[in-house]
Amino acid sequence: MATYTPTRMVLNQLKGRLNTARRGHKLLKDKRDELMRQFMDIVKQNKQLRKSVEEGLTEAFTSLSAASAVMSPQMLEQALMYPRRTVDLDVTYKNVMSVNVPRYSFGESGGTEDIIPYAFAQTSGDLDDALEKMSAVFTDMLQLAEVEKSMQLMAEEIESTRRRVNALEYSTIPDLEKNIHYITMKLEENENATKVRLIKVKEMVLQKAHNYTT
Amino acid sequence: MIGGSDTVIGFKALGLDTFPVNSDEEASAAFKQIIQTENDPYAIVYVEETWAEGLSSAIHKFRSDPELAIILIPGRDGSRGMGLQALKDAVEKAVGSDITGD
Repeated sequence: MATYTPTRMVLNQLKGRLNTARRGHKLLKDKRDELMRQFMDIVKQNKQLRKSVEEGLTEAFTSLSAASAVMSPQMLEQALMYPRRTVDLDVTYKNVMSVNVPRYSFGESGGTEDIIPYAFAQTSGDLDDALEKMSAVFTDMLQLAEVEKSMQLMAEEIESTRRRVNALEYSTIPDLEKNIHYITMKLEENENATKVRLIKVKEMVLQKAHNYTT
Repeated sequence: MIGGSDTVIGFKALGLDTFPVNSDEEASAAFKQIIQTENDPYAIVYVEETWAEGLSSAIHKFRSDPELAIILIPGRDGSRGMGLQALKDAVEKAVGSDITGD
Protein backbone atom coordinates (compact mmCIF):
# COMPACT_ATOMS: atom_id res chain seq x y z
CA MET A 1 0.00 0.00 0.00
CA ALA A 2 1.35 3.35 -1.01
CA THR A 3 1.58 5.95 1.70
CA TYR A 4 0.01 9.33 1.13
CA THR A 5 0.88 12.65 2.62
CA PRO A 6 -2.03 13.60 4.85
CA THR A 7 -3.15 16.85 3.25
CA ARG A 8 -6.52 18.06 2.15
CA MET A 9 -5.48 18.09 -1.46
CA VAL A 10 -4.52 14.43 -1.41
CA LEU A 11 -7.73 13.70 0.46
CA ASN A 12 -9.77 15.33 -2.28
CA GLN A 13 -7.88 13.46 -4.95
CA LEU A 14 -8.48 10.16 -3.20
CA LYS A 15 -12.16 10.90 -2.78
CA GLY A 16 -12.40 11.59 -6.51
CA ARG A 17 -10.69 8.33 -7.28
CA LEU A 18 -12.96 6.44 -4.94
CA ASN A 19 -15.98 7.87 -6.72
CA THR A 20 -14.63 6.84 -10.10
CA ALA A 21 -13.78 3.41 -8.84
CA ARG A 22 -17.25 2.90 -7.43
CA ARG A 23 -18.88 4.03 -10.65
CA GLY A 24 -16.57 1.83 -12.68
CA HIS A 25 -17.30 -1.08 -10.43
CA LYS A 26 -21.01 -0.69 -10.91
CA LEU A 27 -20.71 -0.40 -14.68
CA LEU A 28 -18.40 -3.37 -14.98
CA LYS A 29 -20.67 -5.42 -12.79
CA ASP A 30 -23.60 -4.64 -15.05
CA LYS A 31 -21.51 -5.51 -18.07
CA ARG A 32 -20.50 -8.80 -16.52
CA ASP A 33 -24.09 -9.72 -15.69
CA GLU A 34 -25.34 -8.91 -19.16
CA LEU A 35 -22.48 -10.78 -20.81
CA MET A 36 -23.21 -13.72 -18.61
CA ARG A 37 -26.87 -13.72 -19.60
CA GLN A 38 -26.05 -13.69 -23.30
CA PHE A 39 -23.31 -16.22 -22.77
CA MET A 40 -25.72 -18.70 -21.24
CA ASP A 41 -28.02 -18.31 -24.26
CA ILE A 42 -25.13 -18.96 -26.58
CA VAL A 43 -24.00 -21.97 -24.63
CA LYS A 44 -27.47 -23.45 -24.92
CA GLN A 45 -27.51 -22.80 -28.67
CA ASN A 46 -24.05 -24.25 -29.02
CA LYS A 47 -25.04 -27.40 -27.24
CA GLN A 48 -28.00 -27.96 -29.52
CA LEU A 49 -26.09 -27.18 -32.68
CA ARG A 50 -23.23 -29.42 -31.75
CA LYS A 51 -25.60 -32.24 -31.10
CA SER A 52 -27.33 -31.84 -34.44
CA VAL A 53 -24.05 -31.43 -36.30
CA GLU A 54 -22.55 -34.50 -34.72
CA GLU A 55 -25.63 -36.54 -35.43
CA GLY A 56 -25.85 -35.26 -38.99
CA LEU A 57 -22.22 -35.98 -39.66
CA THR A 58 -22.42 -39.43 -38.22
CA GLU A 59 -25.29 -40.16 -40.57
CA ALA A 60 -23.44 -38.70 -43.53
CA PHE A 61 -20.36 -40.71 -42.71
CA THR A 62 -22.41 -43.86 -42.47
CA SER A 63 -23.67 -43.28 -45.98
CA LEU A 64 -20.20 -42.48 -47.12
CA SER A 65 -18.90 -45.69 -45.59
CA ALA A 66 -21.61 -47.60 -47.38
CA ALA A 67 -20.59 -45.94 -50.61
CA SER A 68 -16.93 -46.68 -50.14
CA ALA A 69 -17.78 -50.29 -49.40
CA VAL A 70 -19.20 -50.81 -52.84
CA MET A 71 -16.89 -48.50 -54.75
CA SER A 72 -13.17 -48.78 -55.03
CA PRO A 73 -11.22 -46.00 -53.27
CA GLN A 74 -9.88 -44.80 -56.60
CA MET A 75 -13.33 -44.53 -58.05
CA LEU A 76 -14.56 -42.70 -54.99
CA GLU A 77 -11.74 -40.25 -55.14
CA GLN A 78 -12.19 -39.74 -58.83
CA ALA A 79 -15.89 -39.09 -58.39
CA LEU A 80 -15.30 -36.41 -55.80
CA MET A 81 -12.10 -34.97 -57.16
CA TYR A 82 -13.54 -31.98 -58.96
CA PRO A 83 -16.13 -30.20 -56.90
CA ARG A 84 -18.79 -28.37 -58.81
CA ARG A 85 -18.84 -25.40 -56.62
CA THR A 86 -16.72 -23.50 -54.17
CA VAL A 87 -17.91 -21.97 -50.96
CA ASP A 88 -17.37 -18.27 -50.41
CA LEU A 89 -17.43 -17.24 -46.83
CA ASP A 90 -18.17 -13.70 -45.82
CA VAL A 91 -17.23 -12.59 -42.37
CA THR A 92 -18.68 -9.57 -40.69
CA TYR A 93 -18.26 -8.65 -37.09
CA LYS A 94 -20.94 -7.80 -34.63
CA ASN A 95 -20.29 -6.01 -31.41
CA VAL A 96 -21.91 -7.71 -28.44
CA MET A 97 -21.10 -5.86 -25.23
CA SER A 98 -17.70 -4.79 -26.54
CA VAL A 99 -16.88 -8.27 -27.78
CA ASN A 100 -16.45 -8.50 -31.52
CA VAL A 101 -18.04 -11.72 -32.57
CA PRO A 102 -17.93 -12.97 -36.14
CA ARG A 103 -21.00 -13.50 -38.28
CA TYR A 104 -20.59 -15.79 -41.23
CA SER A 105 -22.60 -15.81 -44.36
CA PHE A 106 -21.74 -18.02 -47.22
CA GLY A 107 -22.48 -18.19 -50.84
CA GLU A 108 -21.65 -20.83 -53.34
CA SER A 109 -20.12 -20.05 -56.60
CA GLY A 110 -19.79 -22.38 -59.49
CA GLY A 111 -23.23 -22.04 -60.88
CA THR A 112 -25.45 -25.03 -60.42
CA GLU A 113 -27.63 -25.87 -57.48
CA ASP A 114 -26.63 -29.44 -57.94
CA ILE A 115 -23.79 -30.47 -55.66
CA ILE A 116 -23.14 -33.84 -57.18
CA PRO A 117 -19.99 -33.55 -59.24
CA TYR A 118 -20.06 -36.93 -60.92
CA ALA A 119 -22.06 -38.99 -63.32
CA PHE A 120 -24.40 -41.53 -61.86
CA ALA A 121 -23.37 -44.47 -63.98
CA GLN A 122 -20.39 -45.64 -62.00
CA THR A 123 -21.19 -44.46 -58.52
CA SER A 124 -23.20 -45.85 -55.70
CA GLY A 125 -26.46 -44.29 -54.64
CA ASP A 126 -25.14 -44.11 -51.10
CA LEU A 127 -22.67 -41.52 -52.27
CA ASP A 128 -25.50 -39.28 -53.44
CA ASP A 129 -27.09 -39.79 -50.07
CA ALA A 130 -23.90 -38.95 -48.23
CA LEU A 131 -23.40 -35.74 -50.14
CA GLU A 132 -26.95 -34.66 -49.64
CA LYS A 133 -26.70 -35.21 -45.92
CA MET A 134 -23.41 -33.41 -45.77
CA SER A 135 -24.68 -30.37 -47.54
CA ALA A 136 -27.68 -30.35 -45.21
CA VAL A 137 -25.48 -30.46 -42.16
CA PHE A 138 -23.09 -27.88 -43.55
CA THR A 139 -25.35 -24.92 -42.76
CA ASP A 140 -25.47 -26.10 -39.20
CA MET A 141 -21.72 -26.46 -39.21
CA LEU A 142 -21.31 -22.84 -40.24
CA GLN A 143 -23.66 -21.72 -37.56
CA LEU A 144 -21.85 -23.89 -35.07
CA ALA A 145 -18.59 -22.19 -36.02
CA GLU A 146 -20.17 -18.80 -35.45
CA VAL A 147 -21.74 -19.71 -32.14
CA GLU A 148 -18.73 -21.56 -30.84
CA LYS A 149 -16.35 -18.77 -31.70
CA SER A 150 -18.66 -16.23 -30.08
CA MET A 151 -18.79 -18.40 -27.03
CA GLN A 152 -15.02 -18.61 -26.75
CA LEU A 153 -14.57 -14.88 -27.24
CA MET A 154 -17.25 -14.06 -24.72
CA ALA A 155 -15.80 -16.47 -22.20
CA GLU A 156 -12.50 -14.59 -22.41
CA GLU A 157 -14.24 -11.27 -22.01
CA ILE A 158 -16.31 -12.45 -19.07
CA GLU A 159 -13.22 -13.75 -17.38
CA SER A 160 -11.34 -10.48 -17.71
CA THR A 161 -14.39 -8.44 -16.72
CA ARG A 162 -14.86 -10.61 -13.68
CA ARG A 163 -11.25 -10.11 -12.71
CA ARG A 164 -11.62 -6.38 -13.07
CA VAL A 165 -14.80 -6.30 -11.01
CA ASN A 166 -13.15 -8.33 -8.28
CA ALA A 167 -10.00 -6.25 -8.32
CA LEU A 168 -12.06 -3.10 -7.84
CA GLU A 169 -14.33 -4.62 -5.24
CA TYR A 170 -11.77 -6.36 -3.10
CA SER A 171 -8.63 -4.36 -3.63
CA THR A 172 -8.92 -0.90 -5.14
CA ILE A 173 -12.00 0.34 -3.31
CA PRO A 174 -11.06 -0.95 0.19
CA ASP A 175 -7.55 0.45 -0.25
CA LEU A 176 -8.89 3.87 -1.15
CA GLU A 177 -11.32 3.81 1.74
CA LYS A 178 -8.55 2.89 4.10
CA ASN A 179 -6.35 5.70 2.88
CA ILE A 180 -9.15 8.22 3.09
CA HIS A 181 -9.86 7.12 6.62
CA TYR A 182 -6.20 7.44 7.51
CA ILE A 183 -5.92 10.95 6.11
CA THR A 184 -9.14 12.12 7.77
CA MET A 185 -7.86 10.84 11.09
CA LYS A 186 -4.49 12.42 10.62
CA LEU A 187 -6.05 15.77 9.72
CA GLU A 188 -8.29 15.66 12.76
CA GLU A 189 -5.33 14.86 14.94
CA ASN A 190 -3.42 17.80 13.53
CA GLU A 191 -6.36 20.05 14.15
CA ASN A 192 -6.62 18.94 17.76
CA ALA A 193 -2.92 19.47 18.25
CA THR A 194 -3.21 22.98 16.90
CA LYS A 195 -6.13 23.73 19.15
CA VAL A 196 -4.35 22.50 22.23
CA ARG A 197 -1.27 24.45 21.30
CA LEU A 198 -3.32 27.62 20.92
CA ILE A 199 -4.96 27.18 24.31
CA LYS A 200 -1.60 26.60 25.87
CA VAL A 201 -0.11 29.67 24.21
CA LYS A 202 -3.06 31.76 25.26
CA GLU A 203 -2.51 30.68 28.84
CA MET A 204 1.16 31.56 28.72
CA VAL A 205 0.49 34.94 27.18
CA LEU A 206 -2.16 35.79 29.78
CA GLN A 207 0.09 34.76 32.63
CA LYS A 208 2.92 36.86 31.34
CA ALA A 209 0.76 39.98 30.85
CA HIS A 210 -1.48 39.99 33.90
CA ASN A 211 -0.13 37.29 36.14
CA TYR A 212 -3.44 35.73 35.40
CA THR A 213 -4.03 32.05 35.88
CA THR A 214 -7.07 30.17 34.75
CA MET B 1 -10.97 -28.77 -43.23
CA ILE B 2 -8.25 -30.90 -41.70
CA GLY B 3 -8.94 -34.57 -41.24
CA GLY B 4 -8.29 -38.07 -42.40
CA SER B 5 -8.54 -38.49 -46.14
CA ASP B 6 -11.77 -40.49 -45.95
CA THR B 7 -13.35 -37.84 -43.75
CA VAL B 8 -12.47 -34.82 -45.81
CA ILE B 9 -13.26 -36.32 -49.19
CA GLY B 10 -16.96 -35.70 -48.79
CA PHE B 11 -16.43 -32.09 -47.84
CA LYS B 12 -14.32 -31.55 -50.88
CA ALA B 13 -17.40 -32.16 -52.96
CA LEU B 14 -19.20 -29.46 -50.99
CA GLY B 15 -16.62 -26.97 -52.15
CA LEU B 16 -14.43 -26.73 -49.07
CA ASP B 17 -10.68 -26.66 -49.22
CA THR B 18 -9.53 -29.89 -47.73
CA PHE B 19 -6.24 -30.97 -46.23
CA PRO B 20 -6.12 -34.73 -45.89
CA VAL B 21 -3.64 -35.81 -43.24
CA ASN B 22 -2.40 -39.13 -41.92
CA SER B 23 -0.19 -38.18 -38.99
CA ASP B 24 0.18 -35.52 -36.34
CA GLU B 25 3.09 -34.03 -38.24
CA GLU B 26 1.05 -33.73 -41.39
CA ALA B 27 -1.76 -32.20 -39.41
CA SER B 28 0.43 -29.48 -37.95
CA ALA B 29 2.00 -28.88 -41.35
CA ALA B 30 -1.46 -28.48 -42.86
CA PHE B 31 -2.44 -26.14 -40.08
CA LYS B 32 0.68 -24.08 -40.61
CA GLN B 33 -0.09 -23.89 -44.28
CA ILE B 34 -3.58 -22.66 -43.51
CA ILE B 35 -2.52 -19.87 -41.21
CA GLN B 36 0.35 -18.82 -43.42
CA THR B 37 -1.59 -18.57 -46.64
CA GLU B 38 -1.49 -15.00 -47.82
CA ASN B 39 -4.43 -12.63 -47.35
CA ASP B 40 -5.87 -14.93 -44.69
CA PRO B 41 -8.46 -16.58 -46.89
CA TYR B 42 -9.69 -18.90 -44.17
CA ALA B 43 -12.00 -17.83 -41.37
CA ILE B 44 -13.10 -21.24 -40.18
CA VAL B 45 -11.00 -24.34 -39.86
CA TYR B 46 -12.77 -27.58 -39.16
CA VAL B 47 -10.50 -30.08 -37.50
CA GLU B 48 -11.34 -33.73 -37.12
CA GLU B 49 -11.21 -34.69 -33.48
CA THR B 50 -8.73 -37.44 -34.16
CA TRP B 51 -6.08 -34.88 -35.05
CA ALA B 52 -7.07 -32.20 -32.60
CA GLU B 53 -4.88 -33.47 -29.82
CA GLY B 54 -1.69 -33.00 -31.78
CA LEU B 55 -2.83 -29.48 -32.67
CA SER B 56 -4.08 -28.53 -29.23
CA SER B 57 -1.43 -25.87 -28.55
CA ALA B 58 -2.15 -24.19 -31.88
CA ILE B 59 -5.88 -24.43 -31.30
CA HIS B 60 -5.43 -22.91 -27.90
CA LYS B 61 -3.49 -20.02 -29.35
CA PHE B 62 -6.29 -19.05 -31.69
CA ARG B 63 -9.00 -19.26 -29.09
CA SER B 64 -9.06 -15.52 -28.51
CA ASP B 65 -8.51 -14.57 -32.15
CA PRO B 66 -11.80 -13.38 -33.65
CA GLU B 67 -10.55 -13.86 -37.19
CA LEU B 68 -10.02 -17.59 -37.12
CA ALA B 69 -12.47 -20.06 -35.68
CA ILE B 70 -11.25 -23.57 -35.11
CA ILE B 71 -14.09 -26.01 -34.78
CA LEU B 72 -13.71 -29.64 -33.86
CA ILE B 73 -15.92 -32.08 -35.67
CA PRO B 74 -16.30 -35.77 -35.06
CA GLY B 75 -14.50 -38.08 -37.40
CA ARG B 76 -15.71 -41.15 -39.16
CA ASP B 77 -15.44 -43.28 -36.08
CA GLY B 78 -17.94 -41.18 -34.20
CA SER B 79 -17.78 -38.36 -31.70
CA ARG B 80 -15.22 -38.43 -28.95
CA GLY B 81 -16.89 -35.63 -27.06
CA MET B 82 -14.02 -33.23 -27.60
CA GLY B 83 -16.31 -30.59 -29.04
CA LEU B 84 -18.47 -30.76 -25.98
CA GLN B 85 -15.35 -30.59 -23.86
CA ALA B 86 -14.42 -27.31 -25.57
CA LEU B 87 -17.84 -25.97 -24.65
CA LYS B 88 -17.37 -27.05 -21.06
CA ASP B 89 -13.96 -25.41 -20.91
CA ALA B 90 -15.43 -22.13 -22.09
CA VAL B 91 -18.22 -22.28 -19.53
CA GLU B 92 -15.77 -23.11 -16.81
CA LYS B 93 -13.60 -20.21 -17.81
CA ALA B 94 -16.47 -17.75 -17.77
CA VAL B 95 -18.41 -18.93 -14.77
CA GLY B 96 -15.68 -20.44 -12.68
CA SER B 97 -17.26 -23.86 -12.54
CA ASP B 98 -18.91 -26.25 -14.94
CA ILE B 99 -22.64 -25.66 -14.84
CA THR B 100 -23.68 -27.30 -18.10
CA GLY B 101 -25.10 -30.08 -16.02
CA ASP B 102 -23.94 -33.33 -17.57
